[in-house]
Amino acid sequence: MFNRDRWREILEVLTSNVGRTILTAFGVCWGIFILIVLLAAGKGFENGIRQDFGDIATNTMFMWTRSTTKAYEGLPKGRSFEFKVDDVQAIKDNVPNLRFISPRNQLGGFRGGGNVIRGIRVGAYNVYGDYPEIINQDPMTVTSGRFLNHNDIQEKRKVAIIGQGVKSELYEKGEEVLGTYIKIQGVNFMVIGTYKKNSNDGDGEEAQKEIFVPFTSFSQAFNRGEDVGWMAITAHDGSSISQLKEGIVNVMRERHKVHPEDKRAIGYFDLYEQFNRVESLFFGLKAIAYLVGIMVLLSGIIGVSNIMLIVVKERTKEIGIRRALGEEPISIKKQILMESIFLTIISGMIGIIFGSLVIYGINSLLDSVGPVDMFVNPSVSVGVVSGALTILMVSGLLAGFIPAQSAIRVRPIEALRTE
Amino acid sequence: MIEIKDLHKSYKMGSNSLHVLKGINFTAQSGELVAIMGSSGSGKSTLLNILGMLDGADNGEYILDGVPIKDLTETKAAQYRNKFLGFIFQSFNLINYKSALENVALPLYYQKVGRKERQVKALNYLERVGLKEWATHLPSELSGGQKQRVAIARAMAAEPKVLLADEPTGALDSKTSYEVMDLIQKINDEGNTILVVTHEEDIAHMCKRIVHLKDGVIVEDKKIEQVRAEQYV
Repeated sequence: MFNRDRWREILEVLTSNVGRTILTAFGVCWGIFILIVLLAAGKGFENGIRQDFGDIATNTMFMWTRSTTKAYEGLPKGRSFEFKVDDVQAIKDNVPNLRFISPRNQLGGFRGGGNVIRGIRVGAYNVYGDYPEIINQDPMTVTSGRFLNHNDIQEKRKVAIIGQGVKSELYEKGEEVLGTYIKIQGVNFMVIGTYKKNSNDGDGEEAQKEIFVPFTSFSQAFNRGEDVGWMAITAHDGSSISQLKEGIVNVMRERHKVHPEDKRAIGYFDLYEQFNRVESLFFGLKAIAYLVGIMVLLSGIIGVSNIMLIVVKERTKEIGIRRALGEEPISIKKQILMESIFLTIISGMIGIIFGSLVIYGINSLLDSVGPVDMFVNPSVSVGVVSGALTILMVSGLLAGFIPAQSAIRVRPIEALRTE
Repeated sequence: MIEIKDLHKSYKMGSNSLHVLKGINFTAQSGELVAIMGSSGSGKSTLLNILGMLDGADNGEYILDGVPIKDLTETKAAQYRNKFLGFIFQSFNLINYKSALENVALPLYYQKVGRKERQVKALNYLERVGLKEWATHLPSELSGGQKQRVAIARAMAAEPKVLLADEPTGALDSKTSYEVMDLIQKINDEGNTILVVTHEEDIAHMCKRIVHLKDGVIVEDKKIEQVRAEQYV
């Protein structure tokens, strides 16, 4: 392998017809370039989608009530019902492996704009009644003050955390926010904190315009009694919410006298399932990138193989002389294989370098023009690059195999006869 | 040194086969300089190919320096060729992208001689054929006679038991031919066994023994008075 003479010879052969070597190398170079760029583009798309999911805990489901569609235990169909606060404890008692169950109430959103007033300024925001645990399920960064705590819940304090968007609309620039009051549907709440959420998709603006108040204060202030609007339920990491959700829904059906087969009475949205669906999309994308890249690479490799065959043909006489002088067949075979591998790897490296340059270019372009929807930081990992190099090694070996075989089939006597 | 008994060889040409060698018996002692003569089609090249282990015989025995040459694998044949034989061809058969020195060093490389030693040895042989100054030149920069001398140096580099020369002067004018023959005679004087295939009378008479081949059999085998090539140079 580290034989100086062999390497000299490889270089001599490859540089003896530079134009042809470059054209051959281009095939492999192009293949690996396509592979790298496709994988990077896939990664950029994946990064973009993942960012849209934001930091939200993905092993989570949301559950709400609708009206029943089946009569059950003497109750008519079309009946409306609400989750109650003690449903939370009932779920905890009956379904294992759940990490957080957050009952939530909401003003605004699709049920009409909540009216929030501060002095002469008015805004319409989503107002949530929440438990402190919600910050684990719908993560946000508290930028000043603090988030809700259990004392707020127990003492039903009228306090609120507001988003960046709310702050910028209701307050002057540089104005002190903490300790001021905002009026939510006629009830005053003291602002004790501000937050920011990480998300840059279309909902980004919406996500910064939310107001969180303690669940208990919300219920009292806005007359919700024991009612729960909806629930956010997160499972422990080891178990998937998709498997647990049936059990949760069954507990709710039982407690609210809903027909066991009434599929429509309780609505839910399984984030994990959605996430999985997207995950398989990523997988598909990657598979396509690999498939296309390897196919293109394959045509390059066939090119290398072809040229190596021609080289062997051209060198028939030389190979004959060498064998007459006593070179062993295995040595000739090694020579051809190494030429082929060397050529593929060098051209592959060039392809990788060009691919990386293009990715670098795209990244700096993205940086300069600002974020693009669903496309963030296209990149390839070291793992992918070393994988590509392995593919190159193997393909160089394959490309050289047939020519090497035909080289040792050259019989010295026939080779010397060609004048 | 060389012992051949009842050697047969035929080539299949489609449905009919061509019987080229029809029972050759031949021995050569160490230090002999033998010319093998014959018109084209007499089987002299085939005989040389078999002697050179480039081709196998159908029947008969071939013993080289006490080693029976039979049923060789390609690898074994390559090793034997490297160890026992040096080839000199009509068309020189130098590797055209390697310098004279590298060409001469090639058989040593196959013997796995170290790089430094190889170069010293090769240069030594180039000096012996009078081409030391041309060591770094490519074959394309050499004249025909010089090429053949490089080829002779290459054949000798591996210190073989027998040198096989196939029409060594066939591509050269008479003056250069005599120079080459002079070199071959001098190498022979040092005790090397050399077989020269030729169809030129004057070249044959510069050897010590002439074997005439006709239609695949030896028709004549005589010792002769050697004509020294020196006088024509």
